[in-house]
Amino acid sequence: MNILLDLFLTFAKIGVFTFGGGYAMISMIENNCVERKKWITHDEMMNVTVIAESTPGPIAINAATYVGYKQAGFIGAVIATLGIVLPSFLIIFAISSLLDHFLEITIIASAFKGIKVAVGILILDAAITMIKKMHKKLLPRVIMLCSFAAMMLINIFAWNFSSISLMLIASVVSLTIFCIKGAPEQKGGAKK
Amino acid sequence: MIYLDLFLGFLRVGMFAFGGAYGAIPLIRDVVLSYGWLSDEMLAYMIAVSESTPGPIMVNLATYVGNSQAGLLGSILATLAVILPSFIIILLVMVALKTLLKNKYVQAILRGLKPCVIGIVLATGIYMILNNCFSLRSGFRFDWKPLALTVVLGGIMFVSKPLMKKKLNPILLIVISAVLGTISPNAFAECKKLENGIPSL
Repeated sequence: MNILLDLFLTFAKIGVFTFGGGYAMISMIENNCVERKKWITHDEMMNVTVIAESTPGPIAINAATYVGYKQAGFIGAVIATLGIVLPSFLIIFAISSLLDHFLEITIIASAFKGIKVAVGILILDAAITMIKKMHKKLLPRVIMLCSFAAMMLINIFAWNFSSISLMLIASVVSLTIFCIKGAPEQKGGAKK
Repeated sequence: MIYLDLFLGFLRVGMFAFGGAYGAIPLIRDVVLSYGWLSDEMLAYMIAVSESTPGPIMVNLATYVGNSQAGLLGSILATLAVILPSFIIILLVMVALKTLLKNKYVQAILRGLKPCVIGIVLATGIYMILNNCFSLRSGFRFDWKPLALTVVLGGIMFVSKPLMKKKLNPILLIVISAVLGTISPNAFAECKKLENGIPSL
């Protein structure tokens, strides 16, 4: 089969069958691209995951772009990325006009009161999972707590201060500390 | 202009969305609230819909907001904008800047960025939960029903994890929450019975 078509169909399939996005997609991509199609090796897949964690955007997009580029260059990257986006785009596009009318039904509206609670808990759970994976060092902890406190205040008092500004401040603080004090001990290589 | 706003708004989300789907939610919240595209209520609802439909949550939300604000073209622009930064960055990393992410200054920036994202996500989650129970913005008003729901659903979520040695499927939690939500306050006694039954499902 034509590699471009194969890329498109494989990633479209991944796009259709992964709910929730993010890390759920990594295992689907691993299963399809590493084990079945052998487009990339297991080590490369690990590498993609690491890159995805250090770059912004949906993890699935990062992985699709990587695999597509490896197999068929720039066009491959475009096709694979389109493949993974198209199913969710079409599904949401199709149901989005229905959704607004949906909410006018009383029973749906009250179900939504419960759903709202669940979403808060899901976000809290995501944060707890991230905290567990975080480096247990002083600086990350301080930055985490300060950002948490700042964001709580911004939310409660509806201050006009975006989370992006907070992220920029945290980056500058970390970079400044690095320039003054050097890398933390864990990275032996950076000190030579 | 709405098309430009949608594109730039979601470009900002795509550029700064570190930490996966839930890392992006505070950013999306920033953007949709500041432009007035969605209310907090609608955003929570759409997060649940995005979690229950296939595909990356960021893409789902971009498509929905784009379509609701400016139709097909709006949804295409918003979706493109949210994926464009990661697409370009991955290509750059693969083609030209193979060592970019290993650069010590980039590493230093990321060491500050990641814990900051975690703090922001934690604050967003806690704020949403508090806001459900106390209506923080519209004059502190205590509501016991969402508080009871929070305790029940939180219990289900956090107790099921050590019990089943596996994270509860988010879609299952959303379904349970929808069912509990439809039960009216005067049927709270029945609600009590239900919550005892559900974890063993």
